[in-house]
Amino acid sequence: MSGARRLLIIGGICLALLGMIYGVWYAVFAEHQELDGIGKSLTTGFSAAAQRDPSAADGALQQYYELKYNYDRHVDVHGHWIGLAMILIVLGIGLDRVSFGEQVKMLLAAALLVASFLFPLGVLLQTLSRGPVPPVLAVAGSVLVIASLAGMILGFARGQKP
Amino acid sequence: MRGRAETFAPLSARRLLVLGGIGLILVGMLVGDMLAVFVLHQNAARVGESLSAAAHAAVAGDANAVAASFLSVGSFLENRGTKVDTHAHMIAFGYLALMLAILQPWVALREGTRKKVAWIFLFGSWLLPVGVFLIHYVGLAHSPLTTIGWASIFADLGGVVVIVATVGYLLGIVRYLRQRQSLSTPDWLLEDRSVAGRILIAGGLALVLLGFLHGAYYAAMDLYNQEALDAGLLNYVAAAASSRHLTQVEQGLGLYGQLAGKKAVNIAAHAHAIEFGLLAMLLAFFQPYVSLREQWKQTWAWVLLAGSLGLPVFVLLELKLGLVAGGIADVGGLLVILALLAMWIGIVRYTGELDSAPQLRAGGRG
Repeated sequence: MSGARRLLIIGGICLALLGMIYGVWYAVFAEHQELDGIGKSLTTGFSAAAQRDPSAADGALQQYYELKYNYDRHVDVHGHWIGLAMILIVLGIGLDRVSFGEQVKMLLAAALLVASFLFPLGVLLQTLSRGPVPPVLAVAGSVLVIASLAGMILGFARGQKP
Repeated sequence: MRGRAETFAPLSARRLLVLGGIGLILVGMLVGDMLAVFVLHQNAARVGESLSAAAHAAVAGDANAVAASFLSVGSFLENRGTKVDTHAHMIAFGYLALMLAILQPWVALREGTRKKVAWIFLFGSWLLPVGVFLIHYVGLAHSPLTTIGWASIFADLGGVVVIVATVGYLLGIVRYLRQRQSLSTPDWLLEDRSVAGRILIAGGLALVLLGFLHGAYYAAMDLYNQEALDAGLLNYVAAAASSRHLTQVEQGLGLYGQLAGKKAVNIAAHAHAIEFGLLAMLLAFFQPYVSLREQWKQTWAWVLLAGSLGLPVFVLLELKLGLVAGGIADVGGLLVILALLAMWIGIVRYTGELDSAPQLRAGGRG
């Protein structure tokens, strides 16, 4: 097994495990509470509107926005880590069809693995900080995923030629 | 290099994972299609109706009716969420099963152990989605916990079982990597370069890239605006209800419904393009096991790709073309299911040929 293939397959399985462990943790300790909070903040907001209390309604709906923002990202991180892990494993399995030298394959594999970890991590960090670092990390990660994936496709296309 | 019969023997780990994995994907897709047609759209309409009822109750100053309406919104959302999760997890576990099937020659464990781990994996892969599906119906009945019911507990247990099985295979791969004497190509399956396999690999990769590009474009151009608009519109509706402006409430609810539709189609298109691309790539590796004529194998590969491209494209067009696009997207999903079923039947035929060969040889000798 070549180094690049090993990196993609082992890295992919580790990333899938990370995504699954994170998903189980999230489902047990956070998801139900978060969903409960979303429902309660919506109810409080519209109940306050019924009682003609716009500032209380505004506060409750702001809380809804925060909870929904975090919920969407938590679910996305779980899905993206596992989804990207699967792509890493499949690319690792089919790596001998990529018509590049071993060094280029290793570079593409390393870039794809690092980007696949960092992109969802950036999304997850957005739930902890609203500063510029998490979105920059997420954008940089996603750009690197697309670039390295495009590189792999180029290699596959070269390999398909008779 | 291991032979075909050796790596695909009756009830071998690889055969269990291939047939079980494609079975999970097929059932997951059928569940998704049935839910989309019979449950999800109706459910989304009920969520909208309940939200509208809550806003109208707020206009009327009836806080109790608001609470009652949101109670039903919560119930409808939970119903919808658990059904989507059932669909998604079945398919994801099916993909993982196929990947683990391909990796079997690199798992340095005894065949008996690999087989047991495959059964454990498949058990967890069914337990989780079935548990998730039942969450809405079982609720908190007889639960020892305040927020999590028995169905949820069993679903989480299924997830843990899948993790344990995956860790088991990972340890097997790590063990293989330590046995440096057997690092040569271990499997003939990866050597296949058939036309059907190449069509599926190239098409699958293109779909994955398209899905990523669409996701990146959506995240950059629309996602943050739509998130802000979601909260802004709810604020607008609540403020209009508070000041009893019924027309503004209706206008806000209408815009909120459109926004929910836009978000749903974009996320669905992004996810389905990538998932179908991955499926095509995975199936490419199993083409040598598909016992159909080469022409049919190529036809089913093209059918799978056509459906895989058609579904996300027409899901996106639903906002412009309405139900017609929705119908074409459903046909796309059906094409994927048909192609997958054809390949699964081809693999079952192959297992039959493989299993009957020794018996025929024994009969010939006798």
